[in-house]
Amino acid sequence: MSMNTQGRPTGTGTTGFAAAGSSLLPSEPLLFEIGDTEHSGVDLPDVEIGGDYLAGCERQSPIDLAGLTEPEALRHYVRLSRLNYSIDSGMYPLGSCTMKHNPRLNEKTARLPGFADIHPLAPVSTVQGALALMDELAHWLMTLTNTAAVALTPKAGAHGEMCGMMAIRAAQDAAGEGHRKVVLVPESAHGTNPATAAALGYAVRSIPARDDGTVDVEAVKAALGPDVAAIMLTNPNTCGLFEPEVIEIAAAVHAAGAFFYCDGANFNAIMGVVRPGDLGIDAMHINLHKTFSTPHGGGGPGAGPVVLSAALAPFAPVPFVRKGELVEHAEGTHLGRITAFHGQMGMYVRALTYMMSHGGDGLAQAAKDAVLNANYVRARLGQVFSVPFPGQPVMHEALFDDSFLAGTGVSTLDFAKAMIDEGFHPMTMYFPLVVHGAMLIEPTESESKQTLDTFCDTMLGLAHDAKAGNAARFTAAPTRAPRRRLDETRAARSPVLKWERPAELPQAAE
Amino acid sequence: MRYLPHSDHERADMLSVIGVKTTADLFARVPKSALLTESVDLPGHSPEFLVEAHMQALAGRNHAAGDGPFFIGAGAYRHHVPASVDHLIQRSEWLTAYTPYQPEVSQGTLQMLFEFQTQVASLTGMDVANASMYDGSTATAEAVLMARRLTRRNRIVLSGGLHPHYRDVVRTYVGDGPDLVCLKASPEGQGDILNRIDAETAAIVVQTPDFYGHLRNLRAAADAAHAAGALLIVVVTEVVSLGLIEAPGALGADIVVCEGQSLGNALNYGGPYVGLMATRKEFIRQMPGRLCGETVDADGQRGFVLTLSTREQHIRREKATSNICTNAGLCALAFSIHLSLLGEAGLRKLARLNHANAVGLAQALSGVPGIRLLNRSFFNEMTIDVGQPAAPVIERLAARGILAGVPVSRLEPGDGHVGSLIVLAATELTTKADIAALTEALEEALQ
Amino acid sequence: MSVRFTKDHEYITADGTVGITPYAQEQLGDIVFVELPRPGQRLKQGDEAAVVESVKAASEIYAPVSGTVTAVNDALTGDPGLINAAPETDGWIYRLAIDNPAELDGLMDAAAYAKLTT
Repeated sequence: MSMNTQGRPTGTGTTGFAAAGSSLLPSEPLLFEIGDTEHSGVDLPDVEIGGDYLAGCERQSPIDLAGLTEPEALRHYVRLSRLNYSIDSGMYPLGSCTMKHNPRLNEKTARLPGFADIHPLAPVSTVQGALALMDELAHWLMTLTNTAAVALTPKAGAHGEMCGMMAIRAAQDAAGEGHRKVVLVPESAHGTNPATAAALGYAVRSIPARDDGTVDVEAVKAALGPDVAAIMLTNPNTCGLFEPEVIEIAAAVHAAGAFFYCDGANFNAIMGVVRPGDLGIDAMHINLHKTFSTPHGGGGPGAGPVVLSAALAPFAPVPFVRKGELVEHAEGTHLGRITAFHGQMGMYVRALTYMMSHGGDGLAQAAKDAVLNANYVRARLGQVFSVPFPGQPVMHEALFDDSFLAGTGVSTLDFAKAMIDEGFHPMTMYFPLVVHGAMLIEPTESESKQTLDTFCDTMLGLAHDAKAGNAARFTAAPTRAPRRRLDETRAARSPVLKWERPAELPQAAE
Repeated sequence: MRYLPHSDHERADMLSVIGVKTTADLFARVPKSALLTESVDLPGHSPEFLVEAHMQALAGRNHAAGDGPFFIGAGAYRHHVPASVDHLIQRSEWLTAYTPYQPEVSQGTLQMLFEFQTQVASLTGMDVANASMYDGSTATAEAVLMARRLTRRNRIVLSGGLHPHYRDVVRTYVGDGPDLVCLKASPEGQGDILNRIDAETAAIVVQTPDFYGHLRNLRAAADAAHAAGALLIVVVTEVVSLGLIEAPGALGADIVVCEGQSLGNALNYGGPYVGLMATRKEFIRQMPGRLCGETVDADGQRGFVLTLSTREQHIRREKATSNICTNAGLCALAFSIHLSLLGEAGLRKLARLNHANAVGLAQALSGVPGIRLLNRSFFNEMTIDVGQPAAPVIERLAARGILAGVPVSRLEPGDGHVGSLIVLAATELTTKADIAALTEALEEALQ
Repeated sequence: MSVRFTKDHEYITADGTVGITPYAQEQLGDIVFVELPRPGQRLKQGDEAAVVESVKAASEIYAPVSGTVTAVNDALTGDPGLINAAPETDGWIYRLAIDNPAELDGLMDAAAYAKLTT
């Protein structure tokens, strides 16, 4: 019999990668290049207006807003979305960002009309369920941190920092200690800490790190004085290390009449395992979008409730819920408002949903798994990658420096961009500032052993390639992403911050 | 546990690779006294259906805006959001993406932000806009700080028509003192600010439509501010108004901030919302917040990046323009999708519809005995005087399932002059039946 | 004409022209923005006089000696890359009327600066 060798080819054809502009990696025009001022995806009636109440303020100028019908809009935003990396499509080893899984139950509960469709100024009698939810969330946060109070309203971590530092300032003003104008900040701190202190009028005094990456209580004592208002300390710190002398630091800070602001960015490592209140903190913001799984949404919205010690509780901002009652106006020593309404209610619902799903036991297990995963990655990569502070376990993130790349012609940035070609999002780079060419990897508890092994194999393969002299694949990377490296100098030198109608395309005649 | 992938077997394997016996060994650097020896005093983990039931029970204790006639505005507005908006923002690639610091794998978010900035600049009539702020109130406080940096002056004058909560937020940010002048509430829409500008003034802050609904004369405010070398900050809490009301940028505004919640975003009991900020080109470097800019990649293809980031906290540290390190990404996306679905034609119609319904509401209220309408001008919101304490009236109507507006005393408890005032809004969702129910209930309640 | 240098990589010429050294511009990378002092501004030695920004960093430029700003290089506003292209000529930043020329003696000469940067 003769074999039929004709028909449909079943091989893969010539190999290659989806390039920008292909059907799977679309190159999408701008909204303004698709739509125009006449198209609309919303049907609305034309109406007569029964009187003149506009006092001559009616719009005379054109708006020039492009419109899309619904099918055009769906396609535009779906195609754009496909140019994004996301947690649901792969691992984000971003140190200090805690990119964990975002459970969809959270999204479902946040959209219940009883939460999503209630007005912040609705009569209090009609929103008792919302107040109860805020009370429950506060209870969970205070229990996990062993603190006396929590200010829920801050809109993001940096806003929470500002709120906590304002409470400290208010407490000191009330105690006649308003002359304290210095805030101590370790040099490994996130840039937001000094920015917050400066925004509130404090001078920043930097505390050097020890050779092992942690803060020396003696260095803190040496920097303390009658002019010091507070220390802003991240614990676990940005090198991924638990500060072993944190209790002594807290005691020294308090003995000097200052407060201990803890940056809670890394709370995921210790939730349910260590209560920051037991360490002596006075204020700590909790990034609900990191620790408690509310979505990052491509850069917000976040939420940054601040837990407060008994000493600071009387200075919490309004509004807050006390014994089931909504307090909306500053009384006594309470701070005023830091935002118009009650903060990020939509995030409260998501965070409480997440907490209840895990329970106290599950949160502790999640913290332990996050720490396990970071140590596993460090153990596997540490054979090849340079570990700046060896000889101690890390918490939820593993820090490497770039000394293993010395002489290869490959920088931390090049290495990170090559990870994109291998299907991973880059790790946090060049932060913290205390090591050269930092690579900070935080796998979170959401990654399986299988994913971690694939990640480690990939990273070791890249390191091998770099050391083998194949610098070109790194310096050219990425080549398999929707875009190659972008010219940031050009963007900054002559900023183009919005679309301008090209001169040869006049607006459609009215 | 459904969100944790490891089996105990895998955990043991990993510990052996690390070279320790137990997870506890990984916490060896934690002071013994701080390690919890038993579980925190909180409930244990729970299946999805039980958590959902708990949340449903809590939500069920709230009266949703859609449950009956609804007239509350005062800085947050109930509008119809097209179904496709929520569908799109729940796509994984939007919902679960990180901040676009790696532009090669974030072009979706970046292009969206570039489009958002363009839309906000168009809507406000300004040269440039940033990639969004937390909300309108914090954006107002940031605008005040920006004006101080730009003018190197300190005094800020807030109009009595500014939303009282916005005033309170500015006060918390900049502190009480001679450099913060808060004019007293102006529910009649009285012009209060022009003769309060002096050579020390950095900026005046004027809201339009103002908290009480009145449309403010921005041109006069801009001229007076500029004559004294000060800046005009315009606050808009209802962005739909910009479909019918002249853009602040066309009237001389220097900084425009808005609450963008009305487009794409639910009421959410106050958050998350999306703050808009736009300004003149020459002020970009003092504008806080993220900015997205156009550039090209190594192959010359158009692409987008976050730019001018040296203004921001992660580079400038204590010299940053603000400590803000986020925007309201997903809310900005919802805003942008809703606005592109509307387009210019749709936004203009939507604004007219809101205004027409508000005119109907105003005329109906004027016919209720005992009610005085304070507004000669408004967009979709107005103030009435009911001649008796307003808060109990609102409670009586709420008991009948009608959310009739906001008693001004709730926001201005110390001001006896406003005790009988109610601020009410109408939107495209307000029906004639709603208005009839309201006026009928008010007539009874006021007897 | 003798040029003097600071350890912070500013140079100052005998006529008071201040800029950053070729070494400094190379370390900073592409300059994208320059914040200039105001003519007439009084500066003490070591005061922050200007800021140069690359994409990733902002660096303060200090006054090498005390004096009054007499001129600034406005061309940098439109073309900050001049600092990269010609730091010692077209990429100058500002000019000082020097209070006390003796302060110049405390700065490095070209040979000493060359030693610092190698």
